[in-house]
Amino acid sequence: MKNEVLVRVKDLKMHFPIRAGVLNRVVGAVKAVDGVTFDILKGETLGLVGESGCGKTTAGRAILHLYRPTAGEVAFRGVDLAKESPEYVRRARRHMQMIFQDPYASLNPQMRVGEIIGRPLRVHGLVKDAQEEKHLVTELMQKVGLNTSYRDRYPHEFSGGQRQRIGIARALATSPDFIVCDEAISALDVSIQAQIINLLEQLRDDLGLTYLFIAHDLGMVRYISTRVGVMYLGKMMELTSSDELYDDPLHPYTKALLSAIPIPDPPLERQRQRMLLEGDLPSPSNPPAGCRFSSRCPLATEHCRAVEPKFREVTTRHWVACHLV
Amino acid sequence: MGRKSVIQANSPSNADTGKGQVSDTPSLDRGQIRPEPALAQKLLEVRDLKTKFYTVDGVVNALNGISYSVDKGECLAIVGESGSGKTVGVLSILRLIQSPPGRIVGGSIFFKGIDLLTLDDRALREIRGGAIAVIFQDPMTSLNPVMRISAQITENIMAHERLTHVQARAKAVDLLAMVGIPTPAKRLNDYPHQFSGGMRQRVMIAMALSCSPQLIIADEPTTALDVTVQAQIVELVKKLQAELGTAVIWISHDLGVVARLADRVAVMYAGHIVETAPVDELYARPAHPYTIGLLNSLPRLDARTKTKLQAIGGLPPNLLGDLRGCPFAPRCRFATNRCREENPTLAEVAPGHAVACWHDELTRAQA
Repeated sequence: MKNEVLVRVKDLKMHFPIRAGVLNRVVGAVKAVDGVTFDILKGETLGLVGESGCGKTTAGRAILHLYRPTAGEVAFRGVDLAKESPEYVRRARRHMQMIFQDPYASLNPQMRVGEIIGRPLRVHGLVKDAQEEKHLVTELMQKVGLNTSYRDRYPHEFSGGQRQRIGIARALATSPDFIVCDEAISALDVSIQAQIINLLEQLRDDLGLTYLFIAHDLGMVRYISTRVGVMYLGKMMELTSSDELYDDPLHPYTKALLSAIPIPDPPLERQRQRMLLEGDLPSPSNPPAGCRFSSRCPLATEHCRAVEPKFREVTTRHWVACHLV
Repeated sequence: MGRKSVIQANSPSNADTGKGQVSDTPSLDRGQIRPEPALAQKLLEVRDLKTKFYTVDGVVNALNGISYSVDKGECLAIVGESGSGKTVGVLSILRLIQSPPGRIVGGSIFFKGIDLLTLDDRALREIRGGAIAVIFQDPMTSLNPVMRISAQITENIMAHERLTHVQARAKAVDLLAMVGIPTPAKRLNDYPHQFSGGMRQRVMIAMALSCSPQLIIADEPTTALDVTVQAQIVELVKKLQAELGTAVIWISHDLGVVARLADRVAVMYAGHIVETAPVDELYARPAHPYTIGLLNSLPRLDARTKTKLQAIGGLPPNLLGDLRGCPFAPRCRFATNRCREENPTLAEVAPGHAVACWHDELTRAQA
């Protein structure tokens, strides 16, 4: 029961074509996600971190079948959704929901809060009548800490943190098992972030939810996640338990990422050695040959630049893609 | 060619001349106003600054009387959440607040003893981009997209210094090399969109440094950047500050970056400075309930045991209209009737550490 796999991602690829010229021919592809493999276990929170353009959001969306994957397989409770009918996928969506990054753009400004939260209930035919919908919406609003007298207000009347609570209530409406939180707290102020994180944790424990928590804030990811995966240019670089990743990172990119994050402790910060990476992220349409990280890796060898390393389990449940580990 | 300029820029002789310009021949002294001797030691001193915005909905009290000072070569961090007034506070220094609707309604801003609020537009223009430079948050919107980088940097240099076009261009190459842009002579002819986010921010820093400023105001310069690039920029600013002796006001909401960079910190809330202290003191012995709340709501990357995050309940106040009492009182667990009636002023609790709280002894005991 404990290690039951809820979502299995196998060699997932998500390429977006680049078109050019008068004939609008495909001249290349942005390889946003280029072959990642991992499992999400029931009840865990899997963190997905990386810099902008590493493919973490695309991976999250492809897992929910908001995109049709270019290749590979995403199985939800053992069923590969890519092989199923659109109707089946639509019904399966009830069990997997998403909380979006921008609480300003992800709520319809012309709908009242009650309608926004109640819409999924109607779409999936989970309520018999308006009475029942009203009752469930009240319950959901209480669950996420929203004043139930606000049900007839519009999104613009709420602050960022409260809007994110509306987004969470909407995601919870269909009683999902699995929620993708895509940078769900990045747009919020520090003091409000902690409120939302505490709410997400409490809901996970109360309702037995499983999260895929996508973020670039490694501190928050460590705090909320059971396991953490590090992505770089469409590839998974390292995946292990959150404590092990922070205490004993093996991949040079993970090490650089961790050392780049300042810790709010001035005397400690003065002592810490920085492992500064040179340059910027290469373009995902034209990634370096061999290991994706080789162009910025301080340890890269000729071998790294020629041959792509395999993503392999080096110690128990600690996966790394690096020749030098 | 590019390589050569890198070496030149890092050579000690070059750094020395840069330093000499900063401390000995301030371009400001060309002005006709004589500095007040009593204030001569502080580089910048802001006293009881008040800025309001007159909107259709009413008066927004963005700044409610803030006072702070910056010493030569010092890095002061101003920390606060969105809407706390940290950006308005520093834009007011250069009178960059759009008016209407904004207006500075009270206070004074002394830069090397001269009150910037009394200067005419021409004298102020000389200071903007000269003795005081600004680095804005978003390098894409603060660079002109249809002008080459070379034109944008040399424009500023030539506006402030008597140099020929060729000399200004040579200086621009040196500046780009100094901020770590590879092949600077070649990159000078590029447009902003040809640079990545981190490189654009380096260009902004080069522009800020172009007239050897004594004070750089950096308004959340790394917020739009990825962490590995943020680390590059923070280290660059730290290095340049040490080499050139420039004072920096660093505005941020990231308490981690502030811990790395700042000498002193001022915490803002609802248009007030609620606490100010040397950086070590602030993190080790925070005294204002808001500062304590902020530090407790952050998960630490190096935390081995998981302690529950202590969120600050409630929301920041609306600054529309008049506020009574301490602005933090509605969210504060120590709040008493006095807090709801009277707004506390900053009072020193330790050397260099001032707090605006009626109950700071209580909060310090609990922190």
